[in-house]
Amino acid sequence: MAERYGAVAGADQPSRGQAVVHPSRSQWCDVAAAARADGFDQLIDLTAVDYLTYGADRGLPEGVAPERFEVVAGLLCHERRERLRLRVQVPADDPTVPTLFDLWPGSESLEREVYDMFGIVFEGHPDPSRILMPEDWSGHPLRKDYDAGQIPVQFKAASNVR
Amino acid sequence: MSITATSPSDPSAPAAGAATAEADRAAERVRRRRPSAVLRMSEAEAADIGGDPDDAAADELVLLNMGPSHPSTHGVLRLMLELSGETVLRSKPVIGYLHTGMEKTGEQLTYLQGGTNVTRMDYASPLFNELAFCLATEQLLGIDVPERATWIRMLMCELNRVSSHLLFMATNGMDLGAVSMMIYGWREREEVLRFFEKVTGLRMNHNYIRPGGVAADVPADWRTDVAGLIELIEPRLDEYDTLLTGQPIWRERLQGVGVISAAEAVALGATGPILRGAGMAWDLRRDEPYLFYDQVDFDVIVGTHGDCYDRYAIRLNEIRESLRIVAQIIEAMPSGDYRVQDKKVTPPPRSRIDASMEALIHHFKIFTEGFKVPPGEAYASVESPRGELGVFMVSDGTSVPYRVHVRAPSFVNLQTLPHLMQGGLIADGVAIISSVDPIMGEVDR
Repeated sequence: MAERYGAVAGADQPSRGQAVVHPSRSQWCDVAAAARADGFDQLIDLTAVDYLTYGADRGLPEGVAPERFEVVAGLLCHERRERLRLRVQVPADDPTVPTLFDLWPGSESLEREVYDMFGIVFEGHPDPSRILMPEDWSGHPLRKDYDAGQIPVQFKAASNVR
Repeated sequence: MSITATSPSDPSAPAAGAATAEADRAAERVRRRRPSAVLRMSEAEAADIGGDPDDAAADELVLLNMGPSHPSTHGVLRLMLELSGETVLRSKPVIGYLHTGMEKTGEQLTYLQGGTNVTRMDYASPLFNELAFCLATEQLLGIDVPERATWIRMLMCELNRVSSHLLFMATNGMDLGAVSMMIYGWREREEVLRFFEKVTGLRMNHNYIRPGGVAADVPADWRTDVAGLIELIEPRLDEYDTLLTGQPIWRERLQGVGVISAAEAVALGATGPILRGAGMAWDLRRDEPYLFYDQVDFDVIVGTHGDCYDRYAIRLNEIRESLRIVAQIIEAMPSGDYRVQDKKVTPPPRSRIDASMEALIHHFKIFTEGFKVPPGEAYASVESPRGELGVFMVSDGTSVPYRVHVRAPSFVNLQTLPHLMQGGLIADGVAIISSVDPIMGEVDR
């Protein structure tokens, strides 16, 4: 892994035996496309973590500045039976990442879920809408500062106004 | 209304000068006829369509809602179908009706309590959720599970695969009008659940697989029970063959319906019987062996056409393979401990609590505070009856996970639905939803 993705931070530091690389946001599409060309034919998983209240050392490799959000993508190469995890730092004041839809169309629902739950916008996504919460919901539930105790009552009066 | 006007370069758009409203509607129809199988339309947009009773062109295309409470949608799946006559042009699965924020809840529960949460996601195969959750936790803890515990986990999971596929047999039969199959499928599944109740105390939502092992040893006469299950179910599978597999009506109804190629399935992230039905031999039990799957002999069942019939046949034969594995587990089960003897994660045995004050305190601490898990991240995946079930877990060193993400196979597999349904009839759509076998509990989480 280190020789193939040597230019990307963290390529030589596997996490518990699992290969991880830390591209920057500008490298995100290029690294993903390189992995796709390298045989990683399936995007297995895509999710995000909000590190707002994280108390421990995040263990990021040298040269990677920690940001509030992190988008994590899991790739799978069927031929070599190999996995690769991509982790990209996403700042809170500009929560956007380019979409992986053009490389793996299967990212569509997963990216919609991350948008819904974290408010991270995937630029170029064909359908950037909520998927689990109602369309007119405000807030993003999996953010650490989302107050679970203060949910407005949604269906109190049916006003039919959207 | 957020639909924008047509682009002048579009050859099928009406000539300039037509009334703007008419041009807008025509452009909208063109846009909707794009070759994509996925209908990407919000509720508000959908509500605006067909509002004009004088628009004859709008009558050609019908937007129909199927679900969320429809007997063939397996719970609360809702489909927005764009129809021309009875043919499905594009469709959009609308989900979230069962969303209860289980990943958020998972951030409040200790690692020991987490099992009770994840087990409710895929309620047809709860033990797989627990297994993936525990494998991720154990990766972070860096502990090894005793051999007997691992074999017990395999035994329970394979039996759970049998019960889950029997549930599929039942509902698939019911969806297609083979109603007697429904009774037979439930009947055999009940026998497996009876064994689960004997071992775990519950028919579903067991919380049986725990970090470090399992909650309790299997009962003394488990071999008799499991051998009895194999003896009962195997001949019944042959009866299903007689009832369905070779039956001309059944074949007519399923063959060539809902076809997907291996390349499409891979691109859309599909795993499990959908991927194998398209001809791709990929099974995590064989290709990335976890537990002791490298020590048992079984076949990965693969289809050729990628249609509903292949997906049915794969699941039926996977029951046979699972029973084959279970028979080998009866022989291979070693004696030993059913959970790791690590004071950090394992509560003391009940007998010591009466005798030792320290044991009582230890027991109390583990069940109130929980155990601390070293900081870091881990991803563990297992082959659930529906595909790759993965748990991505981030720990911050406390006794509660910082983030639990479940890669639910049904959630991702649902993306294939518009592609499987495109160009088919609504009636075939029922067969297709059934053959994707989504469990809405894990789709919505």
